[in-house]
Amino acid sequence: MPSITILGTGLAGYTLAREIRKRSNDAQITLITHDDGVFYSKPMLSTALAQGKSAQALRNTECAGMREELRAEILTHTVVTRIDAAARTLALKDGRVLPYEKLVLAVGAQPIRLPLQGDGASEVLSVNNLDDYAQFETRLGSAQRVALLGAGLIGCEFANDLIKSGRSVEVFDLAPQPLGRLLPAAAATRLRAQLEHAGVRFHFGDSISEIHKTPAGFRLTTQQGTQLDVDLVLSAVGLRSDTTLAASAGLAVNRGIVVDDTLQTTDPHIYALGDCAEVCGQVLPYVMPIMNAARVLAANLTGERQALRYPPMPVMVKTSLCPVVVCPPPGAGEWVETVTDTGVSARHVNTAGRLDGFALVGAATAERAALLKELQGG
Amino acid sequence: MKKWQCIVCGFIYDEAVGIPEDGIAAGTRWEDIPADWACPDCGVARADFEMVALAA
Repeated sequence: MPSITILGTGLAGYTLAREIRKRSNDAQITLITHDDGVFYSKPMLSTALAQGKSAQALRNTECAGMREELRAEILTHTVVTRIDAAARTLALKDGRVLPYEKLVLAVGAQPIRLPLQGDGASEVLSVNNLDDYAQFETRLGSAQRVALLGAGLIGCEFANDLIKSGRSVEVFDLAPQPLGRLLPAAAATRLRAQLEHAGVRFHFGDSISEIHKTPAGFRLTTQQGTQLDVDLVLSAVGLRSDTTLAASAGLAVNRGIVVDDTLQTTDPHIYALGDCAEVCGQVLPYVMPIMNAARVLAANLTGERQALRYPPMPVMVKTSLCPVVVCPPPGAGEWVETVTDTGVSARHVNTAGRLDGFALVGAATAERAALLKELQGG
Repeated sequence: MKKWQCIVCGFIYDEAVGIPEDGIAAGTRWEDIPADWACPDCGVARADFEMVALAA
């Protein structure tokens, strides 16, 4: 069996390694990471504050523990600068050249950074890994007023936690509602109302254009001309798949590294998984798609050919003040919303009249299991 | 009856409540949940992750 080299020790890389080890005792697995190889959960980063979890507590298993559990070689603090797909080697920053047989890119995504003017722009935080979270935790300590760029999934989860911590929270997003286009109107309105009821101030159709340092913190100027003084600015405007290494190898890249339903790139010895991968045209930066894809890829890498078919995979938005579950529809159709005092339940029906998506807000999230059954069985 | 939390996504399993819609009756202890169960919120397999007992 060819040896397997995995770039990245996030949820995707480590989950894949686990799935391979479940299928094969003998598979040779090497993981390469630019960080210290600690296993942690990315979804927990945006809900850790309200759960009282420190950056230290978020460290689930240290690298040494992962080496033992996986019986894998793990190269930490190791940066790969180039892939030579013809020679099947990796060029490392330290000058070494490592051969590979099967290579998996699980290098994740980078936070999108909006162009911001002013000397405070360099101090805007993004939280996309454990080191970022530790920095956020430190900077947050003395901060009372927080501005958030982005009212998407991560922005809303942070807004939820920050308002619950007693701080003041202002959220900016050019979109007209939270979670962008994921939610139909009444559902989005309910989420907005619940967070506003707790004190969050939303500025839709607006964005921060300038950030200047002041003795007390930062002065923001928005596109609409509003000025605001805050202590901390957190940016959560989206993720862009990391396709740099893939491009260096001559692989097809689009929004992500292009892979087919066996997770293979345009090179037969190279695969991609997780936030960096565009699987049959979709980039799904969530946990459930990674779990499904990792199982299929592990099979393919250990001699059993499998094709990935995603089941319906609802996305959970863990805003405790107003939980949301959304199963985005795959195509055209119509939303039908039921609004009550305790929640909003929205069904999406396709042009043939069949349920092909749903969105649940507040108490209506209890309908998830029934709607999933209908989606799967119907 | 204990509460358990998925260490990947934070989903909380309450033994007193179970997950009736998934066929897990109220009162089912964590140890008795089927081996092929996966976290309903994030899909992590039961075998792969810890549920951490939460203080009552």
